[in-house]
Amino acid sequence: MGRVAIIGASMTQFGQREGEWIQDLLAEAGIECLEDAGVDADDVEHLYVSNMASGEFEGQTGVPNALAHDLDAMPAYTQRIDQTSSSGGAGIYAAWQSVASGASDMTMLVGGEKMTHKTTGEATDVIASLTHPAEYKHGVTLPSFAGLTARHYLERFDAPRESLGKVAVKNHKNGVDNPHAQFQTEVDLETVLESPIVADPLRLYDFCPITDGSAALMLCPESIAKEYADEYAVITGIDGATDTHVVHEREDPTVMGGVVESGKGAYEMSGYGPDDIDVAELHDMFTILEFLQMEGLGFAEQGEAWKRVEEGHTERDGELPINTSGGLKSKGHPLGASGVAQGVEIYEQLVGEAGPRQVDADVGLCCNVGGFGNCVITTIMEAAQ
Amino acid sequence: MTMEATRYDDGTITYPGHPRGPDGAEPVETIDLSEYTAEVVTWTTSTATPPGVREPNHLAIVEFDVSEASDDASSSRTQSGDDGASVRAIGQLTTGDVETGDEVRPVYVDELREPGAGIREPESQAWDGYRFEPL
Repeated sequence: MGRVAIIGASMTQFGQREGEWIQDLLAEAGIECLEDAGVDADDVEHLYVSNMASGEFEGQTGVPNALAHDLDAMPAYTQRIDQTSSSGGAGIYAAWQSVASGASDMTMLVGGEKMTHKTTGEATDVIASLTHPAEYKHGVTLPSFAGLTARHYLERFDAPRESLGKVAVKNHKNGVDNPHAQFQTEVDLETVLESPIVADPLRLYDFCPITDGSAALMLCPESIAKEYADEYAVITGIDGATDTHVVHEREDPTVMGGVVESGKGAYEMSGYGPDDIDVAELHDMFTILEFLQMEGLGFAEQGEAWKRVEEGHTERDGELPINTSGGLKSKGHPLGASGVAQGVEIYEQLVGEAGPRQVDADVGLCCNVGGFGNCVITTIMEAAQ
Repeated sequence: MTMEATRYDDGTITYPGHPRGPDGAEPVETIDLSEYTAEVVTWTTSTATPPGVREPNHLAIVEFDVSEASDDASSSRTQSGDDGASVRAIGQLTTGDVETGDEVRPVYVDELREPGAGIREPESQAWDGYRFEPL
Protein backbone atom coordinates (compact mmCIF):
# COMPACT_ATOMS: atom_id res chain seq x y z
CA MET A 1 0.00 0.00 0.00
CA GLY A 2 1.18 3.48 -0.82
CA ARG A 3 1.99 6.17 1.72
CA VAL A 4 -0.81 8.61 2.37
CA ALA A 5 -0.25 12.34 2.79
CA ILE A 6 -2.35 15.02 4.41
CA ILE A 7 -2.12 18.17 2.29
CA GLY A 8 -4.74 20.44 3.82
CA ALA A 9 -6.82 20.98 6.92
CA SER A 10 -9.49 23.22 8.32
CA MET A 11 -11.56 23.74 11.42
CA THR A 12 -14.55 25.94 12.07
CA GLN A 13 -15.03 27.93 15.22
CA PHE A 14 -16.05 25.42 17.90
CA GLY A 15 -18.72 26.47 20.40
CA GLN A 16 -22.35 27.47 20.30
CA ARG A 17 -23.14 28.17 16.64
CA GLU A 18 -26.65 29.49 16.98
CA GLY A 19 -28.76 29.29 13.83
CA GLU A 20 -26.25 27.06 12.03
CA TRP A 21 -26.98 23.40 11.53
CA ILE A 22 -25.06 20.31 10.54
CA GLN A 23 -25.09 21.04 6.80
CA ASP A 24 -23.86 24.62 7.38
CA LEU A 25 -21.03 23.48 9.64
CA LEU A 26 -19.86 20.68 7.33
CA ALA A 27 -19.91 22.96 4.30
CA GLU A 28 -17.93 25.67 6.10
CA ALA A 29 -15.12 23.27 7.02
CA GLY A 30 -15.27 21.56 3.62
CA ILE A 31 -14.90 24.77 1.61
CA GLU A 32 -12.05 25.95 3.81
CA CYS A 33 -10.25 22.61 3.50
CA LEU A 34 -10.52 22.67 -0.31
CA GLU A 35 -9.01 26.15 -0.29
CA ASP A 36 -6.28 25.23 2.18
CA ALA A 37 -5.25 22.23 0.09
CA GLY A 38 -5.62 23.99 -3.25
CA VAL A 39 -7.87 21.22 -4.52
CA ASP A 40 -10.89 21.68 -6.79
CA ALA A 41 -14.09 20.05 -5.58
CA ASP A 42 -14.25 18.25 -8.93
CA ASP A 43 -11.03 16.44 -8.04
CA VAL A 44 -12.37 14.94 -4.80
CA GLU A 45 -13.01 11.27 -5.55
CA HIS A 46 -14.10 10.12 -2.09
CA LEU A 47 -15.89 12.31 0.45
CA TYR A 48 -16.30 10.95 3.98
CA VAL A 49 -18.38 12.53 6.71
CA SER A 50 -17.70 11.66 10.36
CA ASN A 51 -20.86 12.22 12.32
CA MET A 52 -22.40 10.39 15.24
CA ALA A 53 -25.98 11.50 15.45
CA SER A 54 -27.31 14.18 13.09
CA GLY A 55 -30.52 12.17 12.81
CA GLU A 56 -30.99 12.05 16.57
CA PHE A 57 -29.85 15.64 17.19
CA GLU A 58 -31.69 17.47 14.44
CA GLY A 59 -33.56 14.98 12.29
CA GLN A 60 -31.18 15.38 9.36
CA THR A 61 -29.82 12.21 7.79
CA GLY A 62 -28.01 11.68 4.49
CA VAL A 63 -25.45 14.36 5.33
CA PRO A 64 -22.61 13.08 3.07
CA ASN A 65 -24.74 13.46 -0.05
CA ALA A 66 -25.94 16.86 1.17
CA LEU A 67 -22.33 17.96 1.62
CA ALA A 68 -21.30 16.69 -1.82
CA HIS A 69 -24.07 18.81 -3.32
CA ASP A 70 -23.25 21.89 -1.23
CA LEU A 71 -19.58 21.68 -2.27
CA ASP A 72 -20.43 20.74 -5.87
CA ALA A 73 -18.25 17.69 -5.39
CA MET A 74 -20.49 15.31 -7.34
CA PRO A 75 -20.03 12.60 -8.47
CA ALA A 76 -17.67 11.86 -5.56
CA TYR A 77 -18.36 8.65 -3.67
CA THR A 78 -19.72 9.54 -0.24
CA GLN A 79 -20.01 7.67 3.04
CA ARG A 80 -20.95 8.54 6.61
CA ILE A 81 -18.70 7.24 9.35
CA ASP A 82 -20.36 6.71 12.74
CA GLN A 83 -18.27 5.30 15.54
CA THR A 84 -19.82 7.45 18.31
CA SER A 85 -17.22 9.84 19.77
CA SER A 86 -14.47 8.24 17.73
CA SER A 87 -16.26 8.86 14.42
CA GLY A 88 -13.57 11.39 13.51
CA GLY A 89 -10.70 8.99 14.06
CA ALA A 90 -12.61 6.28 12.25
CA GLY A 91 -13.05 8.76 9.41
CA ILE A 92 -9.28 9.24 9.23
CA TYR A 93 -8.91 5.46 9.08
CA ALA A 94 -11.51 5.18 6.30
CA ALA A 95 -9.99 8.07 4.35
CA TRP A 96 -6.52 6.58 4.75
CA GLN A 97 -7.79 3.20 3.53
CA SER A 98 -9.42 4.78 0.50
CA VAL A 99 -6.15 6.38 -0.62
CA ALA A 100 -3.73 3.66 0.51
CA SER A 101 -5.73 1.03 -1.35
CA GLY A 102 -5.67 3.02 -4.56
CA ALA A 103 -9.45 3.41 -4.62
CA SER A 104 -9.16 7.20 -4.47
CA ASP A 105 -6.45 9.69 -5.40
CA MET A 106 -8.10 12.55 -3.52
CA THR A 107 -10.19 12.00 -0.40
CA MET A 108 -11.70 14.66 1.78
CA LEU A 109 -12.84 13.90 5.32
CA VAL A 110 -15.20 16.29 7.06
CA GLY A 111 -16.34 15.66 10.62
CA GLY A 112 -19.07 17.59 12.35
CA GLU A 113 -21.83 17.68 14.92
CA LYS A 114 -24.56 20.11 15.92
CA MET A 115 -25.46 19.67 19.60
CA THR A 116 -25.99 22.88 21.55
CA HIS A 117 -29.66 23.35 20.66
CA LYS A 118 -30.36 20.41 22.98
CA THR A 119 -30.34 20.66 26.77
CA THR A 120 -27.40 19.08 28.58
CA GLY A 121 -29.70 16.24 29.70
CA GLU A 122 -30.96 15.60 26.17
CA ALA A 123 -27.47 15.68 24.64
CA THR A 124 -26.17 13.42 27.40
CA ASP A 125 -28.99 10.97 26.63
CA VAL A 126 -28.21 10.89 22.91
CA ILE A 127 -24.62 10.01 23.76
CA ALA A 128 -25.68 7.53 26.47
CA SER A 129 -27.83 5.72 23.91
CA LEU A 130 -24.66 3.82 22.96
CA THR A 131 -24.78 1.98 26.30
CA HIS A 132 -26.05 -1.57 26.85
CA PRO A 133 -29.70 -1.86 28.01
CA ALA A 134 -28.45 -3.15 31.37
CA GLU A 135 -26.55 0.15 31.77
CA TYR A 136 -29.06 2.49 30.14
CA LYS A 137 -31.99 1.53 32.38
CA HIS A 138 -29.97 2.57 35.44
CA GLY A 139 -29.39 6.02 33.95
CA VAL A 140 -25.71 5.31 33.37
CA THR A 141 -24.10 8.07 31.29
CA LEU A 142 -20.60 8.59 29.93
CA PRO A 143 -19.86 11.14 32.71
CA SER A 144 -20.93 8.58 35.32
CA PHE A 145 -18.50 6.02 33.86
CA ALA A 146 -15.84 8.70 34.27
CA GLY A 147 -16.77 9.26 37.91
CA LEU A 148 -16.72 5.52 38.65
CA THR A 149 -13.35 5.06 36.97
CA ALA A 150 -11.78 8.19 38.46
CA ARG A 151 -12.66 7.10 42.01
CA HIS A 152 -11.20 3.64 41.37
CA TYR A 153 -8.03 5.12 39.87
CA LEU A 154 -7.45 7.63 42.67
CA GLU A 155 -8.03 5.05 45.42
CA ARG A 156 -6.06 2.24 43.80
CA PHE A 157 -3.01 4.26 42.80
CA ASP A 158 -3.10 6.70 45.71
CA ALA A 159 -3.21 9.59 43.25
CA PRO A 160 -4.17 13.05 44.50
CA ARG A 161 -7.47 14.49 43.29
CA GLU A 162 -5.54 17.62 42.32
CA SER A 163 -3.67 15.73 39.58
CA LEU A 164 -6.89 15.37 37.57
CA GLY A 165 -7.58 19.05 38.05
CA LYS A 166 -4.16 19.85 36.64
CA VAL A 167 -5.14 18.19 33.36
CA ALA A 168 -8.02 20.66 33.06
CA VAL A 169 -5.79 23.60 33.99
CA LYS A 170 -3.18 22.59 31.38
CA ASN A 171 -5.66 22.07 28.58
CA HIS A 172 -7.47 25.32 29.25
CA LYS A 173 -4.10 27.09 29.21
CA ASN A 174 -3.36 25.58 25.80
CA GLY A 175 -6.80 26.52 24.52
CA VAL A 176 -6.10 30.20 25.10
CA ASP A 177 -3.88 30.13 22.01
CA ASN A 178 -6.35 28.25 19.83
CA PRO A 179 -8.59 30.79 18.07
CA HIS A 180 -11.07 28.03 17.20
CA ALA A 181 -11.46 26.74 20.75
CA GLN A 182 -14.79 26.99 22.52
CA PHE A 183 -13.09 28.24 25.69
CA GLN A 184 -10.08 30.52 25.31
CA THR A 185 -9.73 31.27 28.99
CA GLU A 186 -7.44 29.86 31.66
CA VAL A 187 -8.84 28.29 34.80
CA ASP A 188 -6.95 27.84 38.05
CA LEU A 189 -6.83 24.67 40.11
CA GLU A 190 -8.98 26.10 42.86
CA THR A 191 -11.76 26.88 40.38
CA VAL A 192 -11.61 23.33 39.01
CA LEU A 193 -11.67 21.73 42.45
CA GLU A 194 -14.51 23.89 43.72
CA SER A 195 -16.72 23.67 40.62
CA PRO A 196 -20.06 21.83 40.95
CA ILE A 197 -19.96 18.05 41.26
CA VAL A 198 -21.12 16.27 38.10
CA ALA A 199 -20.10 12.67 38.81
CA ASP A 200 -18.37 12.44 42.16
CA PRO A 201 -15.35 12.78 42.51
CA LEU A 202 -15.33 14.62 39.18
CA ARG A 203 -16.57 18.17 38.86
CA LEU A 204 -17.73 20.44 36.07
CA TYR A 205 -14.22 21.39 34.93
CA ASP A 206 -13.24 17.74 34.60
CA PHE A 207 -15.66 17.46 31.67
CA CYS A 208 -15.63 18.73 28.10
CA PRO A 209 -18.48 21.00 27.01
CA ILE A 210 -21.28 20.33 24.53
CA THR A 211 -20.22 21.83 21.24
CA ASP A 212 -21.14 22.63 17.65
CA GLY A 213 -18.36 22.49 15.09
CA SER A 214 -16.70 20.88 12.12
CA ALA A 215 -13.17 20.02 10.95
CA ALA A 216 -11.71 18.61 7.75
CA LEU A 217 -8.62 16.96 6.29
CA MET A 218 -7.54 16.37 2.67
CA LEU A 219 -5.68 13.15 1.89
CA CYS A 220 -3.90 11.96 -1.25
CA PRO A 221 -1.06 9.62 -2.23
CA GLU A 222 2.31 11.00 -1.13
CA SER A 223 3.44 10.60 -4.73
CA ILE A 224 1.32 13.60 -5.76
CA ALA A 225 1.37 15.60 -2.51
CA LYS A 226 4.13 17.92 -3.74
CA GLU A 227 1.82 19.09 -6.54
CA TYR A 228 -0.38 20.67 -3.89
CA ALA A 229 1.80 21.54 -0.89
CA ASP A 230 5.40 22.31 -0.02
CA GLU A 231 4.81 21.09 3.52
CA TYR A 232 2.63 18.12 4.30
CA ALA A 233 2.28 15.30 6.79
CA VAL A 234 2.27 11.55 6.20
CA ILE A 235 0.15 9.02 8.05
CA THR A 236 2.73 6.42 9.00
CA GLY A 237 0.65 4.32 11.38
CA ILE A 238 -3.04 3.89 12.05
CA ASP A 239 -5.14 1.24 13.74
CA GLY A 240 -8.50 0.83 15.39
CA ALA A 241 -9.74 -1.54 18.06
CA THR A 242 -12.72 -2.25 20.28
CA ASP A 243 -13.24 -3.18 23.90
CA THR A 244 -16.31 -4.58 25.66
CA HIS A 245 -19.66 -2.89 25.11
CA VAL A 246 -20.52 -3.45 28.76
CA VAL A 247 -17.90 -1.37 30.55
CA HIS A 248 -17.87 -3.17 33.92
CA GLU A 249 -17.01 -6.47 32.20
CA ARG A 250 -13.43 -5.28 31.58
CA GLU A 251 -10.92 -7.15 33.65
CA ASP A 252 -9.20 -3.98 34.85
CA PRO A 253 -11.31 -0.80 35.05
CA THR A 254 -8.23 1.35 34.54
CA VAL A 255 -7.11 -0.30 31.30
CA MET A 256 -8.79 0.58 28.02
CA GLY A 257 -8.05 -2.38 25.78
CA GLY A 258 -8.99 -0.45 22.65
CA VAL A 259 -6.35 2.17 23.44
CA VAL A 260 -3.69 -0.47 24.07
CA GLU A 261 -4.48 -2.50 20.95
CA SER A 262 -4.93 0.40 18.53
CA GLY A 263 -1.77 2.01 19.89
CA LYS A 264 0.15 -1.22 19.47
CA GLY A 265 -1.05 -1.51 15.88
CA ALA A 266 -0.22 2.09 15.02
CA TYR A 267 3.26 1.83 16.59
CA GLU A 268 3.97 -1.40 14.74
CA MET A 269 2.87 -0.01 11.39
CA SER A 270 4.82 3.23 11.77
CA GLY A 271 7.97 1.74 13.26
CA TYR A 272 7.79 4.33 16.02
CA GLY A 273 7.36 3.76 19.73
CA PRO A 274 6.11 5.90 22.61
CA ASP A 275 9.52 7.54 23.05
CA ASP A 276 9.48 8.75 19.43
CA ILE A 277 6.29 10.77 19.79
CA ASP A 278 6.92 14.51 20.00
CA VAL A 279 3.35 15.74 20.48
CA ALA A 280 0.02 14.02 21.14
CA GLU A 281 -3.67 14.79 21.07
CA LEU A 282 -5.57 12.57 23.50
CA HIS A 283 -9.33 12.26 23.92
CA ASP A 284 -9.81 14.22 27.17
CA MET A 285 -13.60 14.12 27.15
CA PHE A 286 -13.02 13.67 30.89
CA THR A 287 -9.75 14.44 32.68
CA ILE A 288 -9.37 10.81 33.80
CA LEU A 289 -9.27 9.72 30.15
CA GLU A 290 -6.01 11.59 29.62
CA PHE A 291 -4.40 9.42 32.33
CA LEU A 292 -5.82 6.17 30.91
CA GLN A 293 -4.66 6.96 27.37
CA MET A 294 -1.18 8.04 28.52
CA GLU A 295 -0.83 4.67 30.22
CA GLY A 296 -2.44 2.64 27.43
CA LEU A 297 -0.17 4.22 24.83
CA GLY A 298 3.01 3.68 26.85
CA PHE A 299 3.65 7.32 27.79
CA ALA A 300 3.51 6.30 31.46
CA GLU A 301 3.44 3.09 33.48
CA GLN A 302 0.04 1.98 34.78
CA GLY A 303 -1.00 4.12 37.71
CA GLU A 304 1.71 6.71 37.09
CA ALA A 305 0.31 9.08 34.48
CA TRP A 306 -0.70 11.44 37.27
CA LYS A 307 2.95 11.74 38.27
CA ARG A 308 3.93 12.80 34.72
CA VAL A 309 1.22 15.47 34.85
CA GLU A 310 2.39 16.67 38.28
CA GLU A 311 5.97 16.90 36.92
CA GLY A 312 4.88 19.12 34.02
CA HIS A 313 5.88 16.41 31.54
CA THR A 314 2.74 17.03 29.41
CA GLU A 315 2.81 20.85 29.37
CA ARG A 316 3.41 22.62 26.06
CA ASP A 317 7.07 23.09 27.02
CA GLY A 318 7.34 19.65 28.60
CA GLU A 319 8.94 16.47 27.35
CA LEU A 320 5.72 15.28 25.69
CA PRO A 321 3.21 18.09 25.06
CA ILE A 322 -0.32 16.67 25.24
CA ASN A 323 -3.37 18.43 23.85
CA THR A 324 -1.65 21.56 22.58
CA SER A 325 -4.97 22.38 20.88
CA GLY A 326 -6.65 22.69 24.28
CA GLY A 327 -8.05 19.20 23.89
CA LEU A 328 -11.72 18.38 23.98
CA LYS A 329 -11.75 19.96 27.41
CA SER A 330 -11.11 23.49 26.19
CA LYS A 331 -11.48 23.30 22.42
CA GLY A 332 -14.85 21.55 22.70
CA HIS A 333 -16.26 18.17 21.65
CA PRO A 334 -18.58 18.20 18.65
CA LEU A 335 -18.66 14.40 18.58
CA GLY A 336 -18.03 13.60 14.90
CA ALA A 337 -15.61 16.49 14.49
CA SER A 338 -13.37 15.81 17.47
CA GLY A 339 -11.19 13.06 16.02
CA VAL A 340 -10.75 15.04 12.81
CA ALA A 341 -9.83 18.14 14.82
CA GLN A 342 -7.20 16.09 16.65
CA GLY A 343 -5.75 15.27 13.24
CA VAL A 344 -5.90 18.94 12.24
CA GLU A 345 -3.85 19.91 15.31
CA ILE A 346 -1.19 17.25 14.72
CA TYR A 347 -1.03 18.18 11.01
CA GLU A 348 -0.59 21.86 11.88
CA GLN A 349 2.11 21.03 14.43
CA LEU A 350 4.01 18.93 11.88
CA VAL A 351 3.85 21.47 9.05
CA GLY A 352 4.66 24.40 11.34
CA GLU A 353 1.27 26.11 11.20
CA ALA A 354 0.31 25.94 14.86
CA GLY A 355 1.13 29.58 15.60
CA PRO A 356 1.61 30.32 19.29
CA ARG A 357 0.85 26.67 20.09
CA GLN A 358 3.77 25.47 17.96
CA VAL A 359 6.10 22.89 19.49
CA ASP A 360 9.17 21.22 18.02
CA ALA A 361 7.67 18.07 16.50
CA ASP A 362 8.52 15.62 13.72
CA VAL A 363 6.19 12.83 14.83
CA GLY A 364 2.74 13.22 16.34
CA LEU A 365 -0.01 10.93 17.59
CA CYS A 366 -3.72 11.28 18.11
CA CYS A 367 -5.99 8.93 20.00
CA ASN A 368 -9.75 9.22 19.51
CA VAL A 369 -11.99 7.34 21.94
CA GLY A 370 -15.61 6.31 21.35
CA GLY A 371 -17.96 5.45 24.18
CA PHE A 372 -15.97 4.86 27.35
CA GLY A 373 -13.11 3.20 25.51
CA ASN A 374 -15.52 1.02 23.52
CA CYS A 375 -13.95 1.95 20.15
CA VAL A 376 -10.57 3.59 19.69
CA ILE A 377 -8.51 4.84 16.74
CA THR A 378 -4.83 5.73 17.11
CA THR A 379 -3.11 7.62 14.31
CA ILE A 380 0.59 8.46 13.98
CA MET A 381 1.79 11.10 11.54
CA GLU A 382 5.19 12.43 10.62
CA ALA A 383 6.35 15.58 8.90
CA ALA A 384 7.25 14.93 5.26
CA GLN A 385 11.00 14.52 4.87
CA MET B 1 -37.91 -11.29 38.93
CA THR B 2 -34.33 -12.45 38.85
CA MET B 3 -30.98 -10.80 38.19
CA GLU B 4 -29.56 -13.30 35.76
CA ALA B 5 -25.87 -13.68 35.12
CA THR B 6 -24.75 -16.16 32.50
CA ARG B 7 -22.16 -18.87 32.95
CA TYR B 8 -20.31 -20.11 29.87
CA ASP B 9 -18.83 -23.48 29.08
CA ASP B 10 -15.34 -22.34 30.07
CA GLY B 11 -16.53 -21.42 33.56
CA THR B 12 -16.55 -17.66 33.08
CA ILE B 13 -19.58 -15.64 34.13
CA THR B 14 -20.88 -12.30 32.87
CA TYR B 15 -23.68 -9.95 33.78
CA PRO B 16 -25.48 -9.29 31.52
CA GLY B 17 -25.21 -12.43 29.41
CA HIS B 18 -24.17 -12.56 25.76
CA PRO B 19 -24.70 -15.08 22.94
CA ARG B 20 -21.00 -15.89 23.27
CA GLY B 21 -18.82 -15.36 26.33
CA PRO B 22 -15.11 -14.58 26.71
CA ASP B 23 -12.97 -16.54 24.23
CA GLY B 24 -16.10 -17.55 22.32
CA ALA B 25 -17.45 -19.80 25.07
CA GLU B 26 -21.10 -20.86 24.81
CA PRO B 27 -23.64 -20.10 27.55
CA VAL B 28 -24.62 -23.10 29.63
CA GLU B 29 -26.70 -21.79 32.53
CA THR B 30 -27.82 -18.73 34.46
CA ILE B 31 -27.15 -17.67 38.03
CA ASP B 32 -29.63 -15.46 39.90
CA LEU B 33 -27.46 -12.76 41.44
CA SER B 34 -30.37 -11.42 43.51
CA GLU B 35 -29.70 -14.30 45.91
CA TYR B 36 -26.16 -13.08 46.62
CA THR B 37 -24.48 -10.09 48.21
CA ALA B 38 -21.74 -8.09 46.53
CA GLU B 39 -18.86 -5.74 47.36
CA VAL B 40 -18.67 -2.18 46.05
CA VAL B 41 -15.71 -1.85 43.65
CA THR B 42 -16.32 1.84 42.95
CA TRP B 43 -19.22 4.28 43.05
CA THR B 44 -20.30 7.73 41.98
CA THR B 45 -23.14 10.16 42.42
CA SER B 46 -24.23 11.67 39.13
CA THR B 47 -25.91 15.07 39.31
CA ALA B 48 -26.35 15.75 35.58
CA THR B 49 -28.86 13.06 34.72
CA PRO B 50 -30.71 12.52 31.44
CA PRO B 51 -34.50 12.78 31.04
CA GLY B 52 -36.42 10.24 33.13
CA VAL B 53 -33.53 9.51 35.52
CA ARG B 54 -33.63 10.41 39.21
CA GLU B 55 -31.36 13.23 40.33
CA PRO B 56 -28.98 12.69 41.96
CA ASN B 57 -28.33 9.19 40.66
CA HIS B 58 -26.14 7.05 42.91
CA LEU B 59 -24.37 4.31 40.91
CA ALA B 60 -21.91 1.55 41.69
CA ILE B 61 -19.93 -1.21 40.08
CA VAL B 62 -20.11 -4.17 42.44
CA GLU B 63 -18.57 -7.64 42.49
CA PHE B 64 -20.55 -10.76 43.45
CA ASP B 65 -18.81 -13.78 44.90
CA VAL B 66 -20.70 -16.71 43.40
CA SER B 67 -18.19 -19.42 44.24
CA GLU B 68 -20.98 -21.40 45.94
CA ALA B 69 -22.85 -21.54 42.64
CA SER B 70 -19.62 -22.40 40.85
CA ASP B 71 -19.08 -25.39 43.15
CA ASP B 72 -22.62 -26.62 42.50
CA ALA B 73 -22.20 -26.31 38.76
CA SER B 74 -18.63 -27.51 38.41
CA SER B 75 -19.66 -30.55 36.41
CA SER B 76 -21.07 -28.32 33.66
CA ARG B 77 -17.86 -26.37 33.19
CA THR B 78 -15.12 -27.20 30.76
CA GLN B 79 -12.70 -25.11 32.74
CA SER B 80 -12.67 -24.00 36.33
CA GLY B 81 -10.73 -21.46 38.30
CA ASP B 82 -10.94 -18.23 40.24
CA ASP B 83 -12.28 -16.35 37.22
CA GLY B 84 -15.45 -18.38 37.39
CA ALA B 85 -16.23 -17.48 41.01
CA SER B 86 -17.00 -13.79 40.74
CA VAL B 87 -18.93 -11.51 38.46
CA ARG B 88 -19.33 -7.74 38.30
CA ALA B 89 -22.48 -5.71 37.75
CA ILE B 90 -23.39 -2.04 37.51
CA GLY B 91 -26.50 -0.50 38.96
CA GLN B 92 -28.15 2.18 41.01
CA LEU B 93 -27.54 2.40 44.75
CA THR B 94 -30.36 2.98 47.20
CA THR B 95 -28.25 5.67 48.89
CA GLY B 96 -25.18 7.80 48.33
CA ASP B 97 -23.96 6.92 51.82
CA VAL B 98 -21.57 4.20 50.69
CA GLU B 99 -17.84 3.49 50.50
CA THR B 100 -15.67 1.30 48.34
CA GLY B 101 -15.55 -2.17 49.89
CA ASP B 102 -19.02 -1.98 51.45
CA GLU B 103 -21.24 -5.04 51.21
CA VAL B 104 -24.53 -4.56 49.35
CA ARG B 105 -27.54 -6.65 48.40
CA PRO B 106 -29.82 -6.34 45.34
CA VAL B 107 -33.26 -4.84 46.02
CA TYR B 108 -35.94 -5.08 43.34
CA VAL B 109 -37.37 -1.87 41.82
CA ASP B 110 -40.16 -2.01 39.23
CA GLU B 111 -39.01 1.09 37.34
CA LEU B 112 -35.39 2.26 37.45
CA ARG B 113 -35.99 5.19 35.07
CA GLU B 114 -39.06 6.49 33.28
CA PRO B 115 -39.59 4.58 30.03
CA GLY B 116 -40.06 6.87 27.05
CA ALA B 117 -38.62 9.97 28.73
CA GLY B 118 -35.27 9.40 27.06
CA ILE B 119 -34.28 8.67 23.48
CA ARG B 120 -34.59 4.88 23.68
CA GLU B 121 -37.74 3.19 22.40
CA PRO B 122 -39.71 2.16 25.53
CA GLU B 123 -40.61 -1.27 24.14
CA SER B 124 -37.03 -2.12 23.23
CA GLN B 125 -35.91 -3.10 26.71
CA ALA B 126 -36.96 -3.79 30.30
CA TRP B 127 -36.98 -0.93 32.83
CA ASP B 128 -37.24 -2.83 36.09
CA GLY B 129 -34.27 -4.28 37.92
CA TYR B 130 -32.23 -4.15 41.08
CA ARG B 131 -30.69 -1.38 43.11
CA PHE B 132 -27.87 -2.15 45.52
CA GLU B 133 -28.56 -1.54 49.19
CA PRO B 134 -25.70 -1.36 51.71
CA LEU B 135 -25.96 -3.97 54.44
